[in-house]
This record gives sequence, C-alpha cells and structure tokens, in this order.
Amino acid sequence: MSELTKLIHKYLRHDKKFPHVWCPGCGIGIMLGALIRAIDRTGFEKDDIVLVSGIGCSGRLPVYVDFNTLHTTHGRALTFATGVKLAKPNLKVIVIMGDGDAVAIGGNHFIHAARRNIDLTAIIVNNSVYGMTGGQYSPTTPYGMRSTTTVYSNIEQDFRISELAVTAGAVFVGRGTVYHAKLLDSLIEQALLKKGFSVVEVISHCHTQYGRQNRLGSAVEMMEWQRDHALPAEKALKMKAEELKDKILIGVLIDKELPVFQEEYEKIRSRAKETVTH
Amino acid sequence: MLLQGNEAVVEGALRAGCRFFAGYPITPATEISEILSVKLPQVDGTFIQMEDEIASLGAVIGASLAGVKAMTATSGPGFSLMQENLGFAIIAEVPCVIVDVMRGGPSTGLPTMPSQSDVMQARWGTHGDHPIIVLSASTVRECFDMTIQAFNLSEKFRTPVILLIDEVVGHMREKMAVPNDGEIEIFNRVKPTMPPEWYIPFEDNPSGVPPMANFGEGYRYHVTGLTHDIRGFPTSRPDEIGPFISRLHRKISQHFSEIHMAEFYETEDAEITIVAYGSVARSAKRAAIMAREKGLKVGLLKLMTVWPFMRSAVEKVLQTSKALLVPEMNMGQISREVKRVNRGMAKVFTLNKVDGTIITPQEILDRMMEIS
Repeated sequence: MSELTKLIHKYLRHDKKFPHVWCPGCGIGIMLGALIRAIDRTGFEKDDIVLVSGIGCSGRLPVYVDFNTLHTTHGRALTFATGVKLAKPNLKVIVIMGDGDAVAIGGNHFIHAARRNIDLTAIIVNNSVYGMTGGQYSPTTPYGMRSTTTVYSNIEQDFRISELAVTAGAVFVGRGTVYHAKLLDSLIEQALLKKGFSVVEVISHCHTQYGRQNRLGSAVEMMEWQRDHALPAEKALKMKAEELKDKILIGVLIDKELPVFQEEYEKIRSRAKETVTH
Repeated sequence: MLLQGNEAVVEGALRAGCRFFAGYPITPATEISEILSVKLPQVDGTFIQMEDEIASLGAVIGASLAGVKAMTATSGPGFSLMQENLGFAIIAEVPCVIVDVMRGGPSTGLPTMPSQSDVMQARWGTHGDHPIIVLSASTVRECFDMTIQAFNLSEKFRTPVILLIDEVVGHMREKMAVPNDGEIEIFNRVKPTMPPEWYIPFEDNPSGVPPMANFGEGYRYHVTGLTHDIRGFPTSRPDEIGPFISRLHRKISQHFSEIHMAEFYETEDAEITIVAYGSVARSAKRAAIMAREKGLKVGLLKLMTVWPFMRSAVEKVLQTSKALLVPEMNMGQISREVKRVNRGMAKVFTLNKVDGTIITPQEILDRMMEIS
C-alpha cells in the first residue's frame, strides 16, 4: 500500500458516503490532505482529536474524517471548541473555518480566542468569497473585485487575517497557500504542536464563484497566481512597501510564548481550594 | 440558610453536578456568574466569561459534548443572542441548562425590574419546529430544586432546558433548608455500552433518546446542526428527515408525566382558580387565602413546568371551576394557552401588568371581586 492509501484508510471515514461536496479543483481538499499528513506526523490519537467547523464549504470538512467531529453554527466554531477544550483539556481541538466564519460573523470570537490564548489550533481557508451561498463578497474580498453582491465593484478594504491574528495575540501564526502544499503540511504541524492559540491561514481559490465572476481562469490558473504572488515572510522584511503590493507573505509570521489559559486556570483552581480550607 | 434566588440556583447547579459555566454579565442574572466564578474552581469545575451570550451558549454546548454538565445564565436581551445556538442544542441533542432571570423588555427595557415577558421567547425564540422544556420557580427553594430538575431533564432527554425566574425571585432572600445528598435524585446521561463499531449515535429506541457518547471516550462520531441520519451524517432524504424530526418531538411528548410539575392549592372546591407561575404565584396564593377569609372559594394552580404546556392540569381545573384568572407580568402569554385549552368549559380572565412592578395580592383579590 502506498503512503497515501494508508493515510486514506486510516483517517477517512469508511461509513460516510462519498463523493464530497466540494467542486472539482477546490483547494479545500489540498488543505485536508495537509491536515491529515500533519496529524499523522504529530502522532495524536484519533480518539483524542476533536475537529470543529463552522458553516460553508470548509464547514463540511469534518464529516469525512474519522475523529470526534463537530459541525457547529456559522461563525461560532471557536466558542464550541473553547467549551470542549476547557471541559477535557487532554483532547486536541482543531477548528476549521472559512473567511466568512472567522472574520465576518465570527470575528469577535476569533480575536477573543486569540487574546485568551486558549490552546486551540484554528485553520482558516481564505478563498475571498462566500462560495456555498453562490459567490457574495466577504471581508477578505479585495477592493475593486466583483461578486454577486458587488456587481459594480467592491468598495470595501479587505481584512488581512494573519495580521489580525498576530495583533489579537495569537502565539503562532502561519500563512500558506494551497499551491505550496509542503509548506502547508509544515505550518499545520507546527501549529498543532504549539501550546496556546495557533492560527494557520490557508490562501485558497474559488474558481467556481470568485474566479468566474472576476475572469481569473481555471483552478490551475488561480493556483499559478498563488505561486506567482507568494513571498516568504522573511524576505519581505528587506523589501519596500511598494514592492510588497499584491504579494502574499507566506511562512511563519509569529511564534512566541504567552501564558496558556488552561495552565493559568489550574493555578486559579489551586488558589480557590486554598480559600476553602482556610 | 438565608439564600437569594440566584444563589439557590448556584447551589442547585453544583449539587446537580454542573462543572462548567460560560456566561456574560447581565442584570439581574449576574450573581449567578459571580458566585460560580468563585465556587466552580473549588470543585475542579471551570468558569469562563465569554465575549458575548452567543459564545457563552456555544462554549456550554461544547463542554457538554465533552461530557461535563454545563450551564449559562442570562436575561432577556442575552437570551435573544443565545437563540441560534439553542436551536443547535435541540437538533444535535446536547444536554445543557439556561437560566433566564427575566426583566422588563423589549430591548434594554427595565434591567432592574421584574417581568415575565420571556415566556414566549423561551418557547419560540429559536427558529424551526422544535420541542422545548421550560421550568419556572417562584421561591428560593424552588430555584434550588428546579435547577436540579432542569439538569436532570436535560440529561434524561438530551435537550436544552430553560429555567425562567423573574427578577423578584432571583433577588429575593428566603430561609431555605439545604437537603442532604441522599435526598436529591441526580440523573446522568445514558452512555453507550456497546463497542464503538456498533454505536449508531442517533438511532431511535422506545424512549426516543439515543445513548450519548462523550467526545474523547472512544466513540468517534459526527455532530451537526444539519438534519442528519441515524449515524449523524447530513441528509436531505425525506424518509430520513421525517422520522428524525418526529423523534425529536416524540422524545418529549411521550414523557409529559416525567416533565410536568405543578402545585394544586385548594382547587378541589374552588369556584375561581388562579393559574400563575413565578413570583406572581406567591401573590396569587396570598390572594387565595384572603379570598377564602372573605368566603370566596378560590384555589391556585401553580405551573412549575411552563413548556410543554400543562394541558391536563389546566383542563382539570377548567372542569371544576366556574372561572379561571391568569395574572401575569406580561400582556398575556400564558393566558392565551389557557384560553386555547378552555373550549368553553369556564370563563378565563386575565390580569396583566407591564409597568415593572409586581402584582400584589390585593390587585389579584380586587380583580377576583370584579369577575365573581
């Protein structure tokens, strides 16, 4: 059996009817592959992994994989994950979100999960559009682009998800693209092993909705765009702002240490018990 | 012990086995958060203050799925924010308890004054066809008992349970004897005993309540807010959706006798029966006693289960009384249900007060003099 076949047998659900819901050429499958390879390398047991998602194309991901899986309400995945993790800290809780989930409807939960430094790994598939509902503009749709709700042109500025995560206090933030699959494996693996709130932003494409409306070509052409516009974050340090226009910085954007919520809460428990005995 | 209603909720929750609370500050429910933030870490439980009420109920559902009894507490506006996730807990069959200490509304309304205006929000606040269990407490002791009942029913029927108390009951202090452990019945969710590969997480059975596996205990399964088949996987097949939604309703409707709780006070010979709940039931009891002193035959039906509506209890008093009086601190939310059940058996009168003050025994007595 090839390595790939072994991973498929080990991690995909046998009792779930395929095919999956994603369009041919979608980047979510590449992200799923990276996630599975990263999990396999880290050695977490399937029983100990809880995979939580929100709503949209990415929200459908957990149903296919053989973990404890939880498909929540739109934008709220991080809140459910917070409850799971605090109730059973030995579980490895991974949250899959789209750009709408993470920084539109769930933006408040995103910045607060980062600020609290809850030990969760958030993976955000950013395809710049609401794909499942038919191609409406999202908070990551760039200025000037077209969608079914910005047919004349998008007049809003886009969120930079990774930079937002860094500012909100996430201890690990990495950005990759679905073109750079190997980098994605490594970013997710590092995020999974990091204690505290870790974020991996995955730049993906929606050729079906966003690509078609903006005449960006096929899935392959949109992935070539990712290749041509990605720039390792460490290189960007020496470059001027105008050279960085239209560039996507990829790699590890921050990796730092801060007190983790659960460990701090253990101290609170000890202090609370002392007040009872005295 | 001299306890406040909100404090009694905390004592009841801890005795019921609640070990997780997520909430957001809101008057007049905040004491529940404050006290649990002190007490939960003492018993290896977890308290967290979330960024809003949406997040609070989300975290509660997550904790319950991981196997820890969990609750939140709020008031009307916060309860509105919880409605979407409340629907999730219903369709995904996740036990949890929500305490709503009711204040005047709509909107910010009257934060420090009582009302009973969330009775219909508790019933129909979330979207979609759904059954719901809603309890009501009118004394400090009932705050304790009904919180335990709320946890027991939620665990037994795998459903969120809402406890409605009003600002008066939440902030009132009364003497209360705390029962010993042996005197309290605690129900814990039924877990699967079969090997994981045989576990079908949402399969029907005579009780309508499938055994619930906690995350991390070897039964890997899928939980979703989408309509799902018996394995938990999303489905749009009519032959799977119909039985699923029917089961959600049946698991509540076939167990009314275990869910319905009421108190009948001198209703046997009553010509007028007052139907009341919450703090109004206290005034109603006093009014009934005052009326008896004046020679009027008056009784009280105190509803402790608000939803599913106690049709049989109300029918019982409709058959024996000439008139029913339903006093409420709202424009008539339960009185409509009473009228719906009535079908000409007796006259149904209302007494509605929405000015932020309580309904006094004298006001109920005056209204009875008007109608008798």
